[in-house]
Amino acid sequence: MKKGYFGDFGGQFIPELLMPPLLELEEAMETILPSEEFQTRFINMLKENVGRPSAITYCPNLSKDLGLDLWLKREDLNHSGAHKINNTLGQGLLAKMMGKSTLLAETGAGMHGVATAVAAAMLDMKCLVYMGATDIVRQSPNVNRMRLMGAEIVSVESGTKTLKDAINEALRRWLSDQETTHYCFGTAAGPHPFPTLVREFQQVISREARQQYMDRNDNALPDVVVACVGGGSNAIGMFHHFVPDKSVKLVGVEAAGTGEPGCDNSAPLSIGTDGILHGMKTKLLQTDEGQILPSHSVAPGLDYPGVGPEHANLHKTGRAQYVTINDSQAINAFKTLSRREGIIPALESSHAVAYALENKDELHGKSVLVCLSGRGDKDMGIVDSIL
Amino acid sequence: MNPMQIQIEKATRQGKVGLIPFLPAGFPNREQFWKELEELDAAGAAVIEIGMPFSDPVADGPVVEKASLKCLDDGINLTWIFDGLKERKGQFNAALLLMGYLNPVYQYGVKSFASNCEKAGVSGLIIADLPHEESDFLKTALAPHGVSLVPLVGLNTSKERMKLYAKGASGFCYFVSVLGTTGQREALPARIKEKLTAAREIFDIPIALGFGIKHPDQLTPFKGLMDAAVFGSALITHIENGKSSAEFMKPWK
Repeated sequence: MKKGYFGDFGGQFIPELLMPPLLELEEAMETILPSEEFQTRFINMLKENVGRPSAITYCPNLSKDLGLDLWLKREDLNHSGAHKINNTLGQGLLAKMMGKSTLLAETGAGMHGVATAVAAAMLDMKCLVYMGATDIVRQSPNVNRMRLMGAEIVSVESGTKTLKDAINEALRRWLSDQETTHYCFGTAAGPHPFPTLVREFQQVISREARQQYMDRNDNALPDVVVACVGGGSNAIGMFHHFVPDKSVKLVGVEAAGTGEPGCDNSAPLSIGTDGILHGMKTKLLQTDEGQILPSHSVAPGLDYPGVGPEHANLHKTGRAQYVTINDSQAINAFKTLSRREGIIPALESSHAVAYALENKDELHGKSVLVCLSGRGDKDMGIVDSIL
Repeated sequence: MNPMQIQIEKATRQGKVGLIPFLPAGFPNREQFWKELEELDAAGAAVIEIGMPFSDPVADGPVVEKASLKCLDDGINLTWIFDGLKERKGQFNAALLLMGYLNPVYQYGVKSFASNCEKAGVSGLIIADLPHEESDFLKTALAPHGVSLVPLVGLNTSKERMKLYAKGASGFCYFVSVLGTTGQREALPARIKEKLTAAREIFDIPIALGFGIKHPDQLTPFKGLMDAAVFGSALITHIENGKSSAEFMKPWK
């Protein structure tokens, strides 16, 4: 198989001027990443700064309501409120050891931006975050958090003014500043080696969750493992160590948007076609002529017209199943989990929770382990405006 | 020999820099675009570079991005470009080059794209987001139709990578003069000279300098190290200000 491919998907579709920093990063993955110094410092950071291992939580009330066993992997309990920090501390430390002085990031919901700002502050690096103008408005608490930690926010006014365009602008900035700057890509997507690198830092989710679940259930495995999929980093982290467990059904939940036929959505695996964007061959929302379509989701972190190439491959091979949940189903899950378990989930993660709620008949009597990728504090403004 | 190389070498023999103006297809509007091409051709362009619009042009600066997104809104697509060029086949002295991003070409189908290039009189292609590692499939599709995939190298391209691009390359080599996106700059980086010298040794095809070029005076320090110059953003801005392509080309002749 060609380097950086997952089946037919992946690759390095990027201007030649970005190849040297990508090759430099590949080399660092082979030399610095496995080094004892990196591993010792990284494991220590995950423990002392993130608070890992994150808990798994049994949901007694919802399990009873739904007639199934519902478990949550609590990435929302991580420092800064989501799984994103697993990746930013890893990439940040790698970049620091590569001699870079600045972390550059794109962000949609702002969670990756916040997590990058944390990493930069901790590692005494500069932080530059590109964020769509639309997202800056709808996720303003995160903008304030990033600024407080010293990040410079650049508002992206081009295109749809969301995550896709923030990635375009961040790539342009990286072209110019590659000598001093590491592009701390936020999800398991983009050109090789990012999909592999980000998965490497997120696989801790399933490494812990699989063991924690077995410890609590007489070494049995869950029947179903569920995660929401935007770019796909929490999902690939949640799936990774379960992929060889053939008895475990893997379900990725994409955002259906408002849900009526033909509406803007963020479900490239479910309804998209093969194409090339942001350095990778993957499934995309696009026209017949290869122009990228605007995406939509009530959850800004899922609002992206592409998806990581490893998910495209898991979809094609059938190892994972990908389904959709619409905005109102996600809002319902947001409210239900808050009311019944006292846990306020991020709107992104609410899509994964909603899968269990909406499919309770099919899942009757089964054990369902959901990745709660983030907490919902940041979404109060969006939810207030809808309710 | 590829027509792009023939035209650039012709300029070299006349002691001139080969001129490679760039315009997004359909700019400033559908009708005027073809008139601009005729003017650029009459003004002595060696190669005319035509932009294929894409929604997410990551290698382009704000001027080219804005102009090409407007063309996209106007409904410009590959079919329109090929139809227009086929109607005018044989009317241009300049060689024709298409520039864009991979996804629209991929969706069109690379085989069909290659054969339509030949039918439309197009002799070269630049794909901004296609490095050496991923380019074999496209080169294979283009070769039988006499269409060259123009290599792009730059200030951070090592000699080793230049050699990868030089192998089997035809037409010309596009040397990107800045680490960044397309767009006019007052000053070009000093280290161009050293890198251009390396490129000169490695490539046996003409070398064109592009990105950031707005005036012929910028090229004086690189005399003998390059054969052609690409200008896009400066020309677009000039046309947006209501002036003609012919006028823009005057100081370059």
